[in-house]
Amino acid sequence: MSDRLIFRFDVEGDDFTSAGQASVQVKKNLRQLGIDSETIRRVSIAMYEGEINMVIHAGGGVAEVAVCEDYIEIVLEDTGPGIKDIEQAMQAGYSTASDTVRSLGFGAGMGLPNMKKNSDSMTIDSTPGVGTRIVMKIMYGGKANEGV
Amino acid sequence: MTVERFANEFGFDILCMPAPEKEISGAYIGDLLSWVMGKAEQSNVWLTIMSNINTVAVATLADTSCILLCEGVRADGELLRTASEKGVNILSTDLTSFEAAVKIKDAVR
Ligand SMILES: Nc1ncnc2c1ncn2[C@@H]1O[C@H](COP(=O)(O)OP(=O)(O)O)[C@@H](O)[C@H]1O
Ligand SMILES: [Mg+2]
Repeated sequence: MSDRLIFRFDVEGDDFTSAGQASVQVKKNLRQLGIDSETIRRVSIAMYEGEINMVIHAGGGVAEVAVCEDYIEIVLEDTGPGIKDIEQAMQAGYSTASDTVRSLGFGAGMGLPNMKKNSDSMTIDSTPGVGTRIVMKIMYGGKANEGV
Repeated sequence: MTVERFANEFGFDILCMPAPEKEISGAYIGDLLSWVMGKAEQSNVWLTIMSNINTVAVATLADTSCILLCEGVRADGELLRTASEKGVNILSTDLTSFEAAVKIKDAVR
């Protein structure tokens, strides 16, 4: 399979009523393609957290999911405020979410740790004032990383 | 056990049940969406007091069998419409999450 199947979504910022819809659509598409359920589960978790982060922290962005021969690649790109201290952001429980956002059930500070845990590789490129680009790879039949 | 039998057996209110045949196995209690995403397992009953629209996406992505709203929490019409469309079952009870969990523990194992 030399050509990769790519799904692309515009994710709207600060829209809490439709937040997560791109992830729900990806899950549906992967099911139709007959991808195994454990892989779909890991993609769903990783992508949902990334999508929600673009909604609540970055004013929206673009999500791209590529179905490749050995893995699924998720690319999340936004032109939001960026992440100053990535190591700190990766810590379980760390969150800058507002009280309003928290009252909806977001802002547990577990998003980036969940993304890391459910992907086989994850890279974050972020420049304050410019934006953030996150690439995650999820191998078919792979195993979630232990711990958070 | 199916969601329909589960709801009837324990007398939970059925707020919407687009997928009554879904099988139940295990349960998870939580109101913070990232915890539920990361920890709820497929076919779990999800006990929560969170009843906004975002629970529908989480229930769909985490593959829970139903949401059980505890503490008498209700769902508005928009939530129920979306849940029905997406095939997400929502039940409710006046019990606390703890009381509900104790009550269902043998049945959902
Ligand atoms: N796309 C993004 N743009 C800017 N900041 C982000 C982005 N994603 C995450 N962050 C920052 O990293 C923190 C931790 O993210 P996460 O673990 O998902 O927790 P939460 O979203 O619950 O706050 C966020 O509170 C925010 O400060
Ligand atoms: Mg997050």
